[in-house]
Amino acid sequence: MSYTFDWSVLWTGQSGHWLLQGLLTTLNISALAWTLAAALGIVSGALRTVAFKPLAALAAFYVEFFRNVPLLVWMFFWYFAVPPMLPRPVQDWLYVHGVEFLAGMFALGIYHGARFSETIRSGIQSIPKTQFEAALSTGLTTAQTYRLVIVPIALRLIIPPATNESLNLLKNSSVALTISVAELTFQTRQIEAYTAKAFEALTAGTLIYLVLCLTIAAIMARVERRVAIPGMIARVSPAEH
Amino acid sequence: MDFGVILNNSQFLLAQGFLGIGSFTGGTLRLAIPAIVLGFLLGIFIGIGRLARSRWVRVPATLYVEFFRGVPLVMVIFWFWFIIPVLLRLPIPEYGVALAAFVFFEAAYLGEIVRAGIQSVAKGQVEAATATGLTHGQTMRCVVLPQALKNMIPALVTQFIVLLKDTSLASIIGYVDLTKAAQIVNNREIRPFELYLFIAVVYWFCAYGMSRYARYLEQRLTPA
Repeated sequence: MSYTFDWSVLWTGQSGHWLLQGLLTTLNISALAWTLAAALGIVSGALRTVAFKPLAALAAFYVEFFRNVPLLVWMFFWYFAVPPMLPRPVQDWLYVHGVEFLAGMFALGIYHGARFSETIRSGIQSIPKTQFEAALSTGLTTAQTYRLVIVPIALRLIIPPATNESLNLLKNSSVALTISVAELTFQTRQIEAYTAKAFEALTAGTLIYLVLCLTIAAIMARVERRVAIPGMIARVSPAEH
Repeated sequence: MDFGVILNNSQFLLAQGFLGIGSFTGGTLRLAIPAIVLGFLLGIFIGIGRLARSRWVRVPATLYVEFFRGVPLVMVIFWFWFIIPVLLRLPIPEYGVALAAFVFFEAAYLGEIVRAGIQSVAKGQVEAATATGLTHGQTMRCVVLPQALKNMIPALVTQFIVLLKDTSLASIIGYVDLTKAAQIVNNREIRPFELYLFIAVVYWFCAYGMSRYARYLEQRLTPA
């Protein structure tokens, strides 16, 4: 191998600052996109299970349309194709306020909202039908049944798959580098460009992602145990070898 | 809005960008199909390794899966782009880099599918095979894997959809797939809305069609 290592590039010059900035941008865009995705996912996931057909079809259209197209294409679409179609004052506002961040956030949020929707739908469908019937028979309206009974139970049931999807969102935020959002992968590339030390830069970025993902997974595993509904979630016993 | 730009460039977008037939190496399918086949072959070893009795096999296989599932694909592509030329000491075209990155990345996810497939085979099958005198390897090859494979098919089709969409990321290292082809045309024609909407529709038809197929297989293959 004709490569000389120089790990000091990670703590000399601007590298540390860049990595921190990148991490903050990654967390920022992921958190905002996650909020959007969760809202879209909960509403459309619940709507897909209601008896009123037009609403269910509308929700199905949203999910199937957005999740079957690559995220990168959505990034390009929201960044390159949509802003020029907006009225002039809106465009001016966007270009002053960082259009790439907003486009990236919408692309991530709307794409993952469609994926969350499927998770939430399967959570709702796994709730026994008697829960609906019991709630309705106590005099709750359909909307109240969903708001007070079905969605709260579903949200607790879906913690493991939803955690998985949330981590996918966090990792997918790296795709935003293609529309020049200065997130973690972007900053890793920048360190590489300035120092020509690709191995060290990539290692730093990779480790940050790994630590982030493993930490969130560990926290959510604890949350899952705490809010588990006794008798409704089959606790997986430790694997036997 | 002028969709003539699609008609004028359909040859380049679909033949070169999507299928990979044209003057230079590229194509979404030319990357996705070998990647799923090779990734699955590697995934079989990883999936079996995850269930191995020996800790020396099980732990590395688990670490492999956890590593690749904890890192963004974009990062993995950059890793391969940088590390393959250093290790092999010769420049590798984008196709080789992208293919290697997708094979190793997908193998982690496919390995989990293989593991779930193996675990879905009833325990009595293994016991019966052992009772007839088959060795552990023979049991795996002749009894467990054929049945596991059948159970895996819907999940494999779903994973291929994910892979097909993910191949768009190969464009960031300059590989000419459908997304890159649209970018190239857009640089000349400046028609982002028409072009990106068009490739979105192409991806959509492939992904949605296959997801319907996966659902059909799931219903047909589920034992009553």
